[in-house]
Amino acid sequence: MKTKKISNSNSIRRATRLWSPLFLGPVVIAFFIGFVWPFLQGIWLSLCRFKTISNAKFIGLDNYAKAFQDAGFRHAFWYTALFAVVSLVLINVLAFAVAYALTQGIKGSNLFRTVFFMPNLIGGIVLGYIWSMIFDGILSWYTTSILLESKYGFWGLIILMCWQQIGYMMIIYIAGLQNVPGEMLEAARIDGASRWTTLFKVTIPNVMPSITICMFLSLTNGFKLFDQNLALTAGQPFIIQPGGGTIKTTEMLALNIFNTFNASGGSSQAKAVVFFVLVAGLGLCQLGYTRKKEVQQ
Amino acid sequence: MSKTKKILALALSAAMALSLLAGCGGGGGGNASNPGGGDASNSGGDASGGRVYWLNFKPELDETAQALATTYTEKTGVPVQVITAASGTYQQTLTAEMDKNAPPTLFVIGNSAGVADWGEYAMDLTGTAIANELNTDAYNLYDDAGKLVSIGYCYECYGIIVNPDLVERAGHSMDEIKDFASLKAVVEDIHANAATLGFDAFTSCDMDDSSSWRFTGHMANLEYFYEQKDDPWTECPATITGAYMDNLKNLYDLCINNSLTAPTDLATGGHDAAQEFKDGKAAFTVQGSWEYASYAEAVPNATMIPYYCGVAGEEKAGLNCGTENCWAVNANVSEADQKATIDFMVWLVSDPDASAKMVEQLGILPYKNSVESSNGFLTDAAEYTANGCYVMPWVTNYQPNVDEYRRGLVAALNQYNADQSDANWEQFRTAFVDGWSVQYQTVNG
Repeated sequence: MKTKKISNSNSIRRATRLWSPLFLGPVVIAFFIGFVWPFLQGIWLSLCRFKTISNAKFIGLDNYAKAFQDAGFRHAFWYTALFAVVSLVLINVLAFAVAYALTQGIKGSNLFRTVFFMPNLIGGIVLGYIWSMIFDGILSWYTTSILLESKYGFWGLIILMCWQQIGYMMIIYIAGLQNVPGEMLEAARIDGASRWTTLFKVTIPNVMPSITICMFLSLTNGFKLFDQNLALTAGQPFIIQPGGGTIKTTEMLALNIFNTFNASGGSSQAKAVVFFVLVAGLGLCQLGYTRKKEVQQ
Repeated sequence: MSKTKKILALALSAAMALSLLAGCGGGGGGNASNPGGGDASNSGGDASGGRVYWLNFKPELDETAQALATTYTEKTGVPVQVITAASGTYQQTLTAEMDKNAPPTLFVIGNSAGVADWGEYAMDLTGTAIANELNTDAYNLYDDAGKLVSIGYCYECYGIIVNPDLVERAGHSMDEIKDFASLKAVVEDIHANAATLGFDAFTSCDMDDSSSWRFTGHMANLEYFYEQKDDPWTECPATITGAYMDNLKNLYDLCINNSLTAPTDLATGGHDAAQEFKDGKAAFTVQGSWEYASYAEAVPNATMIPYYCGVAGEEKAGLNCGTENCWAVNANVSEADQKATIDFMVWLVSDPDASAKMVEQLGILPYKNSVESSNGFLTDAAEYTANGCYVMPWVTNYQPNVDEYRRGLVAALNQYNADQSDANWEQFRTAFVDGWSVQYQTVNG
């Protein structure tokens, strides 16, 4: 009996080894064509001056120097960082709160989950235009517009992102909350722990894997945000500087790279590489940090 | 059960593998760039006779261009592919298409910035069959070395379109309007009595992407035009003076303050100026000759008047005439493709049926053998010229790094519309004048 089991498992392993290249192959090839090659080419182009990618001329690090001299890029960097931090905190706190409320057995939980998740199914551009109409509908009562005040643009984008992302993160948190062992909660209750103590000492440590992934997603989403930014404010209002230069007060990094691409001759490509390193670096640091807080069940 | 699952899994895996292979497979055949999903055989081309791939710039021309391409292929057997870039995305589309195995053979270089960016990709059209068909050199673009980079295939005009019936219903006549002062008097009178009349003076002047170009591109032209009138620019200047900003302000203020929509509600747009004009809700609108067919359907006697703005001697002003529609032929495709493309261009502007369709869609074609235009606004332009008025050419085509420059103007105008203070106009002046040199440096620095 035992021998048969071992030989079965060996034959499965052999078959897996034999066939795995066939099944992995298409994905690996697609990954190479769709990601690795364009990424390497992107790094090469960031060191070149080019109009079309076939006539690129190597110029060294000039594009990087130009990118960092661009006041608009520097502004977009700090603006994006602020946006990412604020949206990360708000989205996760609210998504967790909603998920927690909807796992307490209240009536109509499934309906609420569906409704909260639905905004995530709408595309960013559509959301941006819909919300710009909503905000302007309100702000026109005060004879202003979301395009006229930076603070309206900032909070407008935060509200939009919360509305879109909370439902998605909520689903991940609900999955985490449902996996908290019932006996642990019961033990806490028997030991006389209050609801708050149970939440902070039992529930949250047990949903750390969900927190890790949700924080990673909302941090990277915040940094990579493009279409909502384009559709809601497109960077307006601008500060017109005395020399004629402009600072687009609500322009985020991805939109800045896009807007400056055509005339940049390559410095936008350098910005894109910096952007990748930043998002990847921050994402990995955050993953490493929150993973340390995860508990083994 | 398990058998069904296995079959299903196998079918799905096969479909996935096939779709991947299909995605990779096109590259070797030379047909990888068959954008838009047209007939793949077109982009492969007839090696002996050449192929034509026209990357079209005007979305409104797409239907006509596709039909003409089909007719030409049926008549001659030469494969013609027409791809139209979505509005406002021509540069991105051109950049992407130019790198493909079968790049466009015919594309658009419409202004001096285009010549700087794409001039090296264009063949010299001097002495070619299509250049010999031209009846004027006025709309051609040359590079610094004197190479004929692109040639105009139609020209257009813009100005203030008026519904004369509404002007008369307000107790005025078109003959009254001869300069800025008389235009202002009529416009302000109509606006003051809008409630009684049932219509207003100007249509909405939205600042969203679908409308702002009427002001940051077209109306801005009056400033550039008068600034260089005595010493015409032949290339994009590094700086401008803004000497006629006050005149631009005159006309701009008149538009936004006497319109259906309050200036404070213009930032995000949402109004349809064309429909407002066609519905008879306003007597004036700022637009161009390409809208003639649709406007004349609703207002058959619609007419176009110049940008009167308070400049001395402006009673002799004509309409803003020019073009950004200039064809360039790709220098990097085979000689057979270049010849096929030029033959196709000649057919478009000289064949009676083809040129009639082009004229119907585009206005006047500046070619010896094309049919006459029936566009009323272009007839107006010709009348002004015949009466000794000066044409205001499209100097606005020199705007450096145009999209970025205009974004700055729109943002500044939004602030000004919300609060028409001197300080906010100064901000606009800075974006207009100093912003020019900043963008010039960005492109040429």
